Amino acid sequence: MYIYKTIFLFIILLVTLLVAMYSTYGERKVAAFMQDRLGPNRAGIFGLLQPIADGIKMFMKEEIIPLSANKKMFILGPSIAMTTALLTGVVIPWGGTLTIFGHEFPMQIADLNIGILYVFAMVSIGVYGIMLGGWASNNKYALLGSIRAASQMISYELAMGMSIIALILTTGTLSLHEIVDQQQGMHWNIFYQPLGFLIFIICAFAETNRAPFDLPECETELIGGYHTEYSSMKLGFYLFAEYVNMFISSAVIVTLYFGGYHMPIIDHLGLSGNVATLLGTFFFFIKVFFMIFLFMWVRWTLPRFRYDQLMNLGWKGLMPLAIFNILATGVFYYFTELT
Amino acid sequence: MTFLEWIYLPAIAKGMFITIKHFFRKKTTINYPEETREFSKVYRGLHVLKRDDQGRERCTACGLCAVACPAEAITMIAAERNPDEKHLYREEKYAEVYEINMLRCIFCGDCEEACPKEAIFLTDRLVPSNYERLPFIYGKDKLVEPLDPALRIDVSARQTENLLKFKKNKQFAHNR
Repeated sequence: MYIYKTIFLFIILLVTLLVAMYSTYGERKVAAFMQDRLGPNRAGIFGLLQPIADGIKMFMKEEIIPLSANKKMFILGPSIAMTTALLTGVVIPWGGTLTIFGHEFPMQIADLNIGILYVFAMVSIGVYGIMLGGWASNNKYALLGSIRAASQMISYELAMGMSIIALILTTGTLSLHEIVDQQQGMHWNIFYQPLGFLIFIICAFAETNRAPFDLPECETELIGGYHTEYSSMKLGFYLFAEYVNMFISSAVIVTLYFGGYHMPIIDHLGLSGNVATLLGTFFFFIKVFFMIFLFMWVRWTLPRFRYDQLMNLGWKGLMPLAIFNILATGVFYYFTELT
Repeated sequence: MTFLEWIYLPAIAKGMFITIKHFFRKKTTINYPEETREFSKVYRGLHVLKRDDQGRERCTACGLCAVACPAEAITMIAAERNPDEKHLYREEKYAEVYEINMLRCIFCGDCEEACPKEAIFLTDRLVPSNYERLPFIYGKDKLVEPLDPALRIDVSARQTENLLKFKKNKQFAHNR
């Protein structure tokens, strides 16, 4: 079993990195198409080798650590960002259970009974990577970027957590595996928690530092924000961690609100064991890719929020809404479950 | 501000609808080396020094093109034709050196209008880019068209009736 888990862990790591790698390509293609351009199409057919070329370029760049920077922290920053981004994939159920030669292999590495909390813990620690990196650079723009990252995290983590509380009221469990299994058939949580979903996805945009909430990097005001002083693969790690985060966030959203690996069509086909499981995983990835597309779609549509608008929306908009959502859900279940 | 404006979501949906419409729109990009934009029939690009139907160079090194050139891009050195070179040059005098500086040239086409011998024409070919300046000075090796009739450069689109009439008109100095 440990051998299987190790192998599966390795596969998940590779898949995450691969998807993140091609998200950079997808991002550029989506951006180009929305601006009536063609995007990268020179490296390989349709430019499919572009991410590899970019990666090689990143490795070839000169590595610079500023003299006034705190060297240990400077290196620690991107490491934390990347590590935590990759760690979250452990609890996500990527599919049902495979049966090979009478042995059952669940397509989830660790079915923690507090799966959601684990995800949130990891995502929040990821912001420390940005904060440390920005502070250790000893550069005012980087510091401003990391201050923004920190305050943004505090304001949006709260609303996000509260939207999850409402979700847990409906599911009654914190385990991601059970939450997915409850959504079999068309009982997706988005139909039970539409407001909660809206709050969650807005907060997910803010948590992954993506437009319209990409204030920590904010090229127009802060040059590069927290990664102003970074170069070579350390910069690559920061940029890459953002895409890994985007992939993981999409997977979490799909798991929580869109039925994970369940799709009503699979149940109607009446397929047996392994085929149905693999088809479920396939549909899981289709949903995830659509969510990633949504992330990009929003990024290339909306302009960046101003800092005070961001705070306004977080504290005065999403927080009260999330509290109202909890109350409404609670009241609803109080009266329906009594009878 | 109405309530719908205040919650901002309808505006977002509208914006996202616009971007997705553009996503599926036909792209206007032309992938240059593989496909080229169609030039207009009288496009003025890289020059050619024509030969006549017997393969002799038409240019007689009169220098009118160099005088007409507003960018002063054309230089030439004339030479006298030897008796045994009659198959090479049509006139008794010919251009030993004929150079156009492509970085100076503004492709106005005044040289071809000034030419009394219908020797120089602008074609629909492009001047290729280069990393250095020197290769942009085009000598006769690049300007004169090849001898092989199959490789001759077609300038018929630019030899319009108006142009030919203009060249035959005796009131201009070069035809007197």
